[in-house]
Amino acid sequence: MNCIIIDDEQLARVIIKSLCKDIESLNILDEFSNAIEAIKYLNDTDVDLIFLDIHMPGFTGLDLIKTLKNPPQIILTTSDPQFAIEVFEHEFIVDYLLKPLEINRFKKAISKAEKKQIKISSTEVEKEISSPDSKEGYKNDFYVNIDRRLIKIDIPSIYLVQAKGDYINIKTEDKNYVVHSTLKKIEEKLPESLFLKVHRSYIINIKKIIDIEDNSVLIKKEVIPVSRSKRPELMKRLNLL
Amino acid sequence: MEKPNLSYINDVASGDEEIKKTLINVIKSEFPEEKKEYYESLEKKDYKKIEENVHKLKHKISILGLEKSYELANKFEHNLREKDLNGVEDFEKILIAITIYLKTI
Repeated sequence: MNCIIIDDEQLARVIIKSLCKDIESLNILDEFSNAIEAIKYLNDTDVDLIFLDIHMPGFTGLDLIKTLKNPPQIILTTSDPQFAIEVFEHEFIVDYLLKPLEINRFKKAISKAEKKQIKISSTEVEKEISSPDSKEGYKNDFYVNIDRRLIKIDIPSIYLVQAKGDYINIKTEDKNYVVHSTLKKIEEKLPESLFLKVHRSYIINIKKIIDIEDNSVLIKKEVIPVSRSKRPELMKRLNLL
Repeated sequence: MEKPNLSYINDVASGDEEIKKTLINVIKSEFPEEKKEYYESLEKKDYKKIEENVHKLKHKISILGLEKSYELANKFEHNLREKDLNGVEDFEKILIAITIYLKTI
């Protein structure tokens, strides 16, 4: 399993590395003293397991958990037993270890993660086998009903979908289509890797963003509002330098 | 007062002298920094920072086998959340004990 360690204290990171040393199934890819750096890394790298400290100044481990869209398995390490109840609501939290880490307890947590990893891997293989879609994992187009005609819309060419009463306005590179539908329905047809609902009335193609200001994004020549609650998700999806 | 020891460090290193050396070196380099930051935050009466620094130091207190001191640090950390400095003297004694001990290893 490819792992990373996130803890603001160097000693805590060194202890985890030392405890992992003789466990063959673990490969420590990297370590981070703050969660923000780790998020950037996680955007580009596949990780199976995170050792995550909860209590870090600024952006805490709990903040990081809320930010991750498809979180890998996480083993929490902390000196604060009171967080246990809150965090175990998430199924990707494998275990919760109190510091200082007790060696046998640590091994037990790893063993739990290994068992879960085997389950995850087999589920992924099943999904791949049963998926009839394209390599990217989604269909490239869909059809909309306009004046009794079914019109094909190329998904990557869509840059914006705007809700307008009982209708939605689908804006593509070439043309706009006003369709009797809802944002919720079209959201189901659009691949999550490309599109994000940034506001209750707008879905945007994140590849078409030109720039971002505090609470808005510029797409083509349109300034689209971004809800405060959607901003962290948007920031996470961007390939930040 | 209880004395710091390397019992936990030895357990983690499990006979690997290189790991033991690394762990001790990290404590020796990180502890003075954290202690300095703690005193700076204490001087500014920045309770949030004091609490953060006590939290970090608390881990080292437990690593060095100081169980009773760890409990005192826990209480102090809890008091700081209420902006209460009760426990500051005990915490200082713990830091002094560790500072002295680290010079011997």
